[in-house]
Amino acid sequence: MKKLLERHETYVLAIIILLSILITSFNPNFLTLENAFDLLKSNAFTGILAIGVLFVLISGGIDISFAATATIAEYLTVIVCLQIGGSMLFAFAMAVLIGILLGMVNGYLIDRFSIPPIITTIATMNLYYGLLIVFSKGRWLYTLPPYFRSFADIRILTLSTANGLPYGISIITAIWFALMLLASFILNFTRLGRSIYAVGGDVISAQRIGIRVRMIRVSVYSFMGALAAVAGIVQALLVQTVAPNSIVGKELNVIAAVVLGGASLTGGVGSVGGMFLGVMLLAIVQNGMTLMKIPAVWYDVFVGLVIIISVGFSSWKAKRRSSGAIIDVQEAPRTHSEQTAGGSR
Amino acid sequence: MMMSGAVLYVETFKEYVGTMETEFLSMTHINKRYAGVHALKDVDFSIREGEIHCLAGTNGSGKSTLVKIICGVEQPDADSHIVIGGQEHHRYSRMDAVHQGIQVIYQDLSLFPNLSVQENISFNELLSGSRHLVSWKNSRTIAKKAMQRVGISITLDKKVADLSMADQQLVAISRALTNDVRLLILDEPTTALTKKEVQALLSVIKDLKKHGIATLFISHKLDELIEVADRVTILRDGEKTGTFNGDELDDKKIEYHMTGTNTTYTPYHMEPDTSHTPLLECRKLSREKNYADIDLTIHHGEIIGITGLLGSGRTELALALFGLNPPSSGTCSLNGEPLDLSDVQNVVEQGVAYVPENRLVEGLVLNQPISKNIVMTVLDNNLTRLGLLDDRKLKQKVDQLVKELEIKIPSAESAVKTLSGGNQQRVVLAKWIATRPKLFILDNPTVGIDIAAKTSIHTIIKQLAREGMGIIIISDEIPEVLYNCNRVLVMNRGRIIGSFDAKQTNEDEIQSFIDSHAL
Ligand SMILES: Nc1ncnc2c1ncn2[C@@H]1O[C@H](COP(=O)(O)OP(=O)(O)OP(=O)(O)O)[C@@H](O)[C@H]1O
Ligand SMILES: [Mg+2]
Repeated sequence: MKKLLERHETYVLAIIILLSILITSFNPNFLTLENAFDLLKSNAFTGILAIGVLFVLISGGIDISFAATATIAEYLTVIVCLQIGGSMLFAFAMAVLIGILLGMVNGYLIDRFSIPPIITTIATMNLYYGLLIVFSKGRWLYTLPPYFRSFADIRILTLSTANGLPYGISIITAIWFALMLLASFILNFTRLGRSIYAVGGDVISAQRIGIRVRMIRVSVYSFMGALAAVAGIVQALLVQTVAPNSIVGKELNVIAAVVLGGASLTGGVGSVGGMFLGVMLLAIVQNGMTLMKIPAVWYDVFVGLVIIISVGFSSWKAKRRSSGAIIDVQEAPRTHSEQTAGGSR
Repeated sequence: MMMSGAVLYVETFKEYVGTMETEFLSMTHINKRYAGVHALKDVDFSIREGEIHCLAGTNGSGKSTLVKIICGVEQPDADSHIVIGGQEHHRYSRMDAVHQGIQVIYQDLSLFPNLSVQENISFNELLSGSRHLVSWKNSRTIAKKAMQRVGISITLDKKVADLSMADQQLVAISRALTNDVRLLILDEPTTALTKKEVQALLSVIKDLKKHGIATLFISHKLDELIEVADRVTILRDGEKTGTFNGDELDDKKIEYHMTGTNTTYTPYHMEPDTSHTPLLECRKLSREKNYADIDLTIHHGEIIGITGLLGSGRTELALALFGLNPPSSGTCSLNGEPLDLSDVQNVVEQGVAYVPENRLVEGLVLNQPISKNIVMTVLDNNLTRLGLLDDRKLKQKVDQLVKELEIKIPSAESAVKTLSGGNQQRVVLAKWIATRPKLFILDNPTVGIDIAAKTSIHTIIKQLAREGMGIIIISDEIPEVLYNCNRVLVMNRGRIIGSFDAKQTNEDEIQSFIDSHAL
């Protein structure tokens, strides 16, 4: 119990519960399975990106270019699929390859030339996105290969509402959850995962103990690239169109969700569970506003408040915990004669 | 948590039978140049199997650099020649060193603050195996075993960032004692340990020796060196002055080889000015679980020493006087004016300065130049009439302090992180001396500082006191407080339990007083 109170995740969960109660009291539609499944589907895109960002943040880096990577992977893949036919599996594989390649470039640049990651990825974001706009001329793609639609409609669990409409857990949600499980496994049970935490905790210590820091960094950014690519395809599946400009600009929201989930911008800290809660908290804020009929323009204000309250509260707790050591102070006050015993000699 | 009665459980080590004369490692013509600094000049160096070898030298003489080369973190310049375990190494990396069984405990410990004690200790194992998966059960056994070997127990699930310096050090030691260790290197292992813990550490080292494991260690506490060393290598300005057998040296001789001169301790006999209002007067300061009923009076020009075991509340009291650990009851006044100890900002403005114990972590911006670090605290007082920084005045100040503290630097504009450990510490001291405080609290001011520089720092402290500053020195080393203070206070379990007049007491008396109160 005491352990739980020390965890950041507990507070995020508490805020989620409070918000849920609040929203439900305004609109009981919020607390239905249908709405929950819907949230888990429509936020899979952010959620998948967040997994990649989590890795990057734990390793002590940051990535701004993932939205550009996602767009490129999505756009190129869909164009190729339209040309040659392909399949859903092919689409994912191709996108992931593109994503890994672009991510690797980031990782290599950051490590080889020790350019701060934020600068590197701002630069590559502009580069990637700029090239895409130049070559695509900003054209939207409205017709996707037919298997994009049929795949998006797959449900791995189907229920039906009172008036007979089917709903359930989408394959997209399943992909997101599978990736979270994979990520959690990598982080907690592999040498690679633990090395990522180590590098984020102290790079110099990591080098000294013999961790190949370059390999770790390149892996982390490649992984981010791969997940961005998957997210790109998921986005195409969700909206059934591809717009070169629809994803770029969402970077900060994703990073915010991950930080909200307890990852630290200074590296070394973060968990998949926390990240999931962070993503869901932002999702619920947005969803709740719709259900409570609050104008969407207020969204950013609420997100800002939620982040400040949640992150602020847990840092405050951490600060209180760390101040002052504990000393087992001697019980009985000493007699005066003893006090001066040493001095009189 | 202390290594009391450290027993070495060594079923895993084979009993050592080889001869003492086999060389485990031999290096010739080692050169290392950094931009602008020739840190090692043609050094020849060897370590025999199972020997205890000490490396001595003043701050910046190249000790840490040599260690970094031995463990493959830094590469020497071309022409250097390295033979380990009878095998010549041309491109020698950290992983090569690990495979040869070379383990290091660094000056800054190099632990992972964000990970648990258990994981820190077992990380080596994770990297050395061929398996890519983590077995947490295995990791726990390894960590437990390692701690047993050192004879300690620290909660395995605690984050290293939450441990005290001494415990962190023990974790670093446990981590280094993996099964196939052949050479253990300790860069200033004893700086944060108390005498008792040092003794326990030394007995661990002696035990390792019995099993053919060599130890190389760096320390500035000379008496410690001689006590256990088979051989001592001394560096001066990057050159080797020689390798000596332990029994042909005493601390005077080591000091001579290190510096080329000999220094002597001169006791501080300046009478404090008791005619005026005392500088600091504290009555019955208490804070639960920290300190209790602290009565303290410091006059202008007085130097007070506080000693006692680690964890006796010395640091907590120091933090209290600096406003970082406010008392829940009691009163305090500075120059007769009440001093509010619950507000650091205010305390600093009233003229109290504090140099923390682990100043390498707390005191410096490592990537910034030395000059910026030194004047960081005094920017407000050095503005031109337009409110801009007065560069000329600041530069003068930096130059003067660098000279006073004999900080060995290529230029005041190089980054602090390129300095040797001891020189970094001097920069922290300079930073606070620059503020010319009224009350100066120094927590172990000369830890990790070489013997020659120690004396010069003490001279500076005494000079500051003569100018009317009140000074509190906290130290584990009784001679340090005895020879530099008017009065020595002994703390135990959060209380001041004894007060000695430095002129009328001696080292043994204080030591036995402390021992008699130890748990
Ligand atoms: N990365 C670096 N860049 C430039 N100079 C360096 C670097 N590392 C060390 N030096 C310089 O090399 C010299 C030797 O440093 P080293 O750290 O080996 O000294 P040391 O003997 O360990 O001293 P101390 O007792 O203070 O720890 C110093 O003058 C230091 O400034
Ligand atoms: Mg050093």
